[in-house]
Amino acid sequence: MLLDVKGLDVRYGRTHAVKNVNLSVAEGEIVTVLGANGAGKTSLLRALQGAVRPASGTISYDGHDLSRASPAARVSSGMMLVPEGRQIFVSMTVHENLQMGVYLRSDRDVARDLDAVYDRFPNLAERRDMKASVLSGGEQQMLAIGRALVGRPRLIMLDEPSLGLSPLFVARLFDLIVELNKSGISILLVEQNTTMALDVAQRGYVLELGKVVIEDSAAALSKNTALTEAYLGGGNEEPAPGFTGTQA
Amino acid sequence: MSGYWAGILTILAINIIFAYGIFLPVATGQLNLGGAGFQAIGAYGAAFLSASFALPVPVTIGVGMLVAGITGYLIAFPLLRTRGVYLVLATFAFAEVVAGLILNSDTFGGAMGLSVPAFIDWHVAVIAAAVVTVFVFYLMSTRFGLTMRAAHDDEVVTDLMGVNVRGVQVAGFAIGGALAGLAGGLYAHSFNFVEIQSFNALVSIYVLLYVLLGGTQTAWGPLAGATFFTLLPEALRTVLPALKSSIYWFAGVEGPVAAPDDSWRFVILGALTIAMMVLRPEGLITRTLVERISFRRSNTDKGALA
Repeated sequence: MLLDVKGLDVRYGRTHAVKNVNLSVAEGEIVTVLGANGAGKTSLLRALQGAVRPASGTISYDGHDLSRASPAARVSSGMMLVPEGRQIFVSMTVHENLQMGVYLRSDRDVARDLDAVYDRFPNLAERRDMKASVLSGGEQQMLAIGRALVGRPRLIMLDEPSLGLSPLFVARLFDLIVELNKSGISILLVEQNTTMALDVAQRGYVLELGKVVIEDSAAALSKNTALTEAYLGGGNEEPAPGFTGTQA
Repeated sequence: MSGYWAGILTILAINIIFAYGIFLPVATGQLNLGGAGFQAIGAYGAAFLSASFALPVPVTIGVGMLVAGITGYLIAFPLLRTRGVYLVLATFAFAEVVAGLILNSDTFGGAMGLSVPAFIDWHVAVIAAAVVTVFVFYLMSTRFGLTMRAAHDDEVVTDLMGVNVRGVQVAGFAIGGALAGLAGGLYAHSFNFVEIQSFNALVSIYVLLYVLLGGTQTAWGPLAGATFFTLLPEALRTVLPALKSSIYWFAGVEGPVAAPDDSWRFVILGALTIAMMVLRPEGLITRTLVERISFRRSNTDKGALA
């Protein structure tokens, strides 16, 4: 297993956000974590990347125990989180945003890796020196993913990447996820868009109130719509209010 | 050069250095309303060493700067546990504590202040300001500068990229504290006298205004803000009487016109401050403005080549 999480607990004061979660991602796999708002998905990812310290449990990555490691140690060992809501650095240019993705590296391949990202996303290359805040929603998401890619990660964790994107862009996004996976990157995909996520993933977990309630193959989860809808509230196709189709 | 202009240039140079001292923490997203405290440490450090031990000026200013920088480093740890308005209040309280300690200390002359024997000419302060300006521009162009701006935009994501955000913020306070201390040391030796009343809350507020109104996105901001707000009251000193005379002339009032009350300068300063906040909420000099100017230049360069 590339990523192996055992008995993970995350607490914020009295709030028990993640409860005894066991989860794994094998090398080359796409694994999705589904759950309604407040199910603990973001807390889980924050703990995996080291932004919050787990109360208990172990996170092992590539055979090393990273439970207490800093975010920097996790980034340099090849884990990269694409945070929720296209959190890019708005006052910085596209290029500076990408540079932040290779902050920890000073080797000679940095320039080549930056070029590779520009090749993959020509839109970003065109807007290289523009402020990231002027990009469209879809471009901002591409930038957030590009920023993760420049570090040449082995595992990318995506936190609700389709949130607030137009249906057309959501389709392109999922194509990209498959493409990245084919190029050898393992993916942990946290989504509310159940249908699309289960379409691309091999396995899935359903999270409710911080606990894993279902764990199965993506195919089985797709068939078992009644069960998933019970936990996900059914309305998995509806974007959050205020984000309706204005982004492209 | 006349004494008046030498004085203005000295104050301008000191204010620019001081503004950069506050800019560095602000550039990492931390408002610092304790500027006067850091400046007082630098000024009193230099004044004390000069008065009691007659040490040479570079040593007195250097030590004052170092002490202010170390203070900035040390208080950053408790300060950065607070955020937003609480951080502002905590930095403000820090400056009050420094003022209180000095006021109650016989070593530092208490309310009497300290005389500083060694005098420095105006060009020392001006050269120091030029060096500091170049240093801050250089700092903002490095990877460290990039992470400062990233921390300003989004601390959490900067942390996720593997940056030691806390370290960057602490460094901002420490380097900023040292620069404010340098401004204080230059002040002590330029005016040969320090008293704690010169490092009051208003000073902290003004220097933060220089930075916020000048612009926090680029190193041009504090330079523009400090220059504008230092020279404006001086410009108004000559403009206002002329303005009043012409208003009287239009109104048809005959005879000599008395100079307007000095406090009008501050009324206009206040009105301009509000106008700038409304018209340019991100500061006088923004990144967009700098980019537009440099893009135009690079476009004309391309045109010249073609």
